[in-house]
Amino acid sequence: MANFLKSAVWSPYVAGALVGLLAIGSVLVTTVVLEKGKYLGASTTFVRGAGLIEQTLSADSVAENAYYQSKKVKVDWQMLFVVGIFIGAFASSRLGRTAQREFVPPIWRSRFGSSTVVRAVGAFIGGVVLIFGARLAGGCPSGHGMSGNMQLSLSSFIALVFFIVGGVVTAKIVYRKGGQ
Amino acid sequence: MELILGLVTGIIFGFLLQKAQILRFEKQVGFMLLKDMTIIKFMATAVLVGMVGIYACHEAGLISLSPKATNVGALIIGGLIFGIGWAIAGFCPGTSVGALAEGRWHAIWAIAGMFIGASMYARAYPVLKTTVLTWGNYGKVTLPEVLSISPWIVILAWVIGGVLFFIWAEKKGL
Repeated sequence: MANFLKSAVWSPYVAGALVGLLAIGSVLVTTVVLEKGKYLGASTTFVRGAGLIEQTLSADSVAENAYYQSKKVKVDWQMLFVVGIFIGAFASSRLGRTAQREFVPPIWRSRFGSSTVVRAVGAFIGGVVLIFGARLAGGCPSGHGMSGNMQLSLSSFIALVFFIVGGVVTAKIVYRKGGQ
Repeated sequence: MELILGLVTGIIFGFLLQKAQILRFEKQVGFMLLKDMTIIKFMATAVLVGMVGIYACHEAGLISLSPKATNVGALIIGGLIFGIGWAIAGFCPGTSVGALAEGRWHAIWAIAGMFIGASMYARAYPVLKTTVLTWGNYGKVTLPEVLSISPWIVILAWVIGGVLFFIWAEKKGL
């Protein structure tokens, strides 16, 4: 078991199947303990996090915003879930000795050069755009892509198709050479 | 208790994402360039295992389903916008924090962007609510409900499709 936890890489099929079991277990346990099943998701946490940060600057602007009010700006199950992802990935990468300092990934470098500033700007703009899209669609690859599709939700199937179409077309346009 | 359960579930999830190498920009963009199917193998396996268990538990009366609203206009436009940002950032909301944890420092800019983008969405919401979010509403429905067939037929179709995809991807070495 210890060796298994320390191995550098697991098959995506093994890790994926375990995530499937984790998702089922999470809904079962939270249904019993919290009387409301929690399906895995991540993107709403960035709304609540933004609201918590904004509250320290201007409490009124958050209190008066219909979207923040509909999502309830507070520390909740999902926010700790996202914090947990950080801890779990940190532990896994140290146990498996696969942690790697990276400022500019190879595909990006081959297209845009090795400037960390250019990469930072790209990552930032990408982050702004992707969360806006995820909130408009009502979820991200976790909430829609995985949890929604496990429930055979029609909305999640449509969302996943368009996540992929948008990503594939954009990647082809943006990276061209880098992808070769 | 709610917070502890969230934290423990997240730790396991983050551990599994890291072991499968899903957190990496190279794997995410590698998929979008259709050169590496690792993230789809991972995600599809999770979904296939999950759908069997979720529906078995649902039919046993143990859990409730919670599908999201079907606003077709918002799903298509929001989905495409997400895809554009995803290709540029190389991370999604769940993987960004894990990527930072395994040393990918550039993920911190994507995370900062996500907080700003979320705040911008909250500002835009009143307008979106009366426009895009009203285009094509079909409520919170599932594929078997829309098709009027047993969920197990849909699940069987996905499992067969998934396995065929896995065989194809392995054969192609993707």
